[in-house]
Amino acid sequence: MKILVITEQRQGKWNGTSFETLAAAQQIAKETSGSVSAVVIGKGVAGLAEELAAKNVSEVILAEHDLLDAYTPDGYCLALKQVIESAKPDLVFFPHTYQVRDFAPKLAASLNKGMVADCIGVRNEAGKLTFVRQMFQGKTAADVTFQGAGPWFASFQTGAFRADLLAAHPSGKAPVNQAAIALQPKQIRTKPLELFREAKQAVDLTQAPVIVAIGRGIKAPENIAQAEALAKAIGGELAASRPICDEGWLPMERQIGSSGQTVAPKLYLALGISGAIQHVVGMKGSRTIVAVNKDQNAPIFEIADYGIVGDIFEIMPALTEALEKAKSA
Amino acid sequence: MNIIVCIKQVPAKDAPLTMAGSWIKETDIGFEMNEPDSYALEEALRLKEKHGGEVIALSLGPERVKQTIKEALAKGADRAIHVADDNFHQLDPLGTARALAAAIQKEKCDLVLTGLQSDDQGFGQTGVLLAGILDLPHATIIMQIEADGGKLKLKRELEAGWFQWMECPLPAVLSIQSGINKVRYATLKGIMAAKKKEIATVTRESLGVSGEVTQRVERLYVPTKSKQTEFLSGPAKEVAAKLVEKLKFEARVI
Ligand SMILES: Cc1cc2nc3c(=O)[nH]c(=O)nc-3n(C[C@H](O)[C@H](O)[C@H](O)COP(=O)(O)OP(=O)(O)OC[C@H]3O[C@@H](n4cnc5c(N)ncnc54)[C@H](O)[C@@H]3O)c2cc1C
Ligand SMILES: Nc1ncnc2c1ncn2[C@@H]1O[C@H](COP(=O)(O)O)[C@@H](O)[C@H]1O
Repeated sequence: MKILVITEQRQGKWNGTSFETLAAAQQIAKETSGSVSAVVIGKGVAGLAEELAAKNVSEVILAEHDLLDAYTPDGYCLALKQVIESAKPDLVFFPHTYQVRDFAPKLAASLNKGMVADCIGVRNEAGKLTFVRQMFQGKTAADVTFQGAGPWFASFQTGAFRADLLAAHPSGKAPVNQAAIALQPKQIRTKPLELFREAKQAVDLTQAPVIVAIGRGIKAPENIAQAEALAKAIGGELAASRPICDEGWLPMERQIGSSGQTVAPKLYLALGISGAIQHVVGMKGSRTIVAVNKDQNAPIFEIADYGIVGDIFEIMPALTEALEKAKSA
Repeated sequence: MNIIVCIKQVPAKDAPLTMAGSWIKETDIGFEMNEPDSYALEEALRLKEKHGGEVIALSLGPERVKQTIKEALAKGADRAIHVADDNFHQLDPLGTARALAAAIQKEKCDLVLTGLQSDDQGFGQTGVLLAGILDLPHATIIMQIEADGGKLKLKRELEAGWFQWMECPLPAVLSIQSGINKVRYATLKGIMAAKKKEIATVTRESLGVSGEVTQRVERLYVPTKSKQTEFLSGPAKEVAAKLVEKLKFEARVI
């Protein structure tokens, strides 16, 4: 199968999930005696294309245009449609980034094709591909197959494939080919303005050796004191899932996950957190993960080293007490 | 400003799920408004309060979704459209978007709002597909909307705590992220008023949208674990002591 991988860069910096997606494509190409072409899109990104050419790909397609300097969904859709129509791949792969979710479904639809987004794996059974994705917030996995003729579009979740398995080019370098892109300013309807971060980060959770994270299981802001006491007893920082910060119960700088911070402490305690993928990507690199959840089927247990099926309102105070006892012993 | 809000009804957060082939058993579980959609509805109501116009709730699904439609009406939507489809879960993202788009095309609207992602199928595609099908500009993961003179100024969330401002002309399609506002509760007055509001029902077939798909869910199953979890059980005090023991001497992290 001929696979086209659309890589992602912003202001000349790679989004690392691009390499994981390339690794996924290499794996399928190997199993189906196919080939991988990588696309770099933007302006002034020839250097990045050269970098990709050193990987095991049959070609790098450089999609450059003045109007592709800053990302816009219109610009990317129109440019990549031209790339796909000329490359005629069987599969088009993307890293599942916020940018990809912003344009890729529309790109596929403009070619009358569908997209399977946010895949965590893909299986090849005698040339028939089955894509695996999560449903019901990670409570179930689903096998998904494409129907009808290709090209088929799929995006891959961060961490689903290992970038370190990405193979280098067997003999030097793959050719870098410039794609012809026709694009008019009036075709781009939205105007990107400045990038910014909200208020300075007062706490750097990435440096904390122990993190006590609370989720919606905490129920009400007045219960947070119990988690604080536990964090104090264990010598950790308090963190949270998104809904807690959305509610304003804790500041956003304490949010863990794809839109918050990515952490990898020695110990991560997840209290009343279900384990949705957007949370998990921000903490699954933790050395030891403890999950406390009243639902034994909560997806957080899939990545936990120690699990307690129970009520956090019983466990939090008991654990605080046990830690204090251990300290004084 | 006339606004259509796409609202999906999904299983309640704490509903115990029983898998049945490529979908779940729907009997015996509760359903609720998809969380980001309640933020999208709130945003629509606020825009209407500021700029005037009408808010229309649009939902595709089986009869049960009427309950969520009524909730939207009670919160302040002016009227609703129900695209009745018992087999909605067999549709792919494109099929769902085509059906919603066909219903939207029958209306005159300036803005279409969707949630960012549904808690059940979780495609994360519908808003972007609507923009493609309706040929409208769009933006996703929206955390702030300022409407001014036929133009929108939007705050988009990016990864890892970054944001971006952008401008977008109207009409447009926006996908709303959870946390953009504080959602209101329905008042008793609102609930009473909703009883008189119109819910127009159409079918997907009558909108001329086929059930042909580009992708199909073959089966649902319990995800495979990536780690061997050691479960600790017993009364809280005992479990806590066991855990401290493990963390100290086995994992050596405290
Ligand atoms: C684009 C995008 C970006 C996102 N970014 C992030 C992000 O950066 N970070 C993030 O966290 N989320 C993010 N999310 C949201 C994410 O999808 C989930 O909705 C969120 O992580 C759920 O938070 P939760 O686990 O606290 O809540 P829920 O999913 O509601 O889970 C609550 C859990 O608590 C358990 N529970 C309840 N009561 C108790 C009790 N008394 N004792 C024990 N357990 C109890 C329940 O069984 C349940 O498992 C994002 C979503 C999208 C679409
Ligand atoms: N059946 C539906 N009825 C109404 N709105 C829907 C439906 N499916 C999806 N949507 C809208 O599209 C958004 C994204 O859904 P999804 O693409 O399934 O993740 C949801 O938050 C809704 O706003």
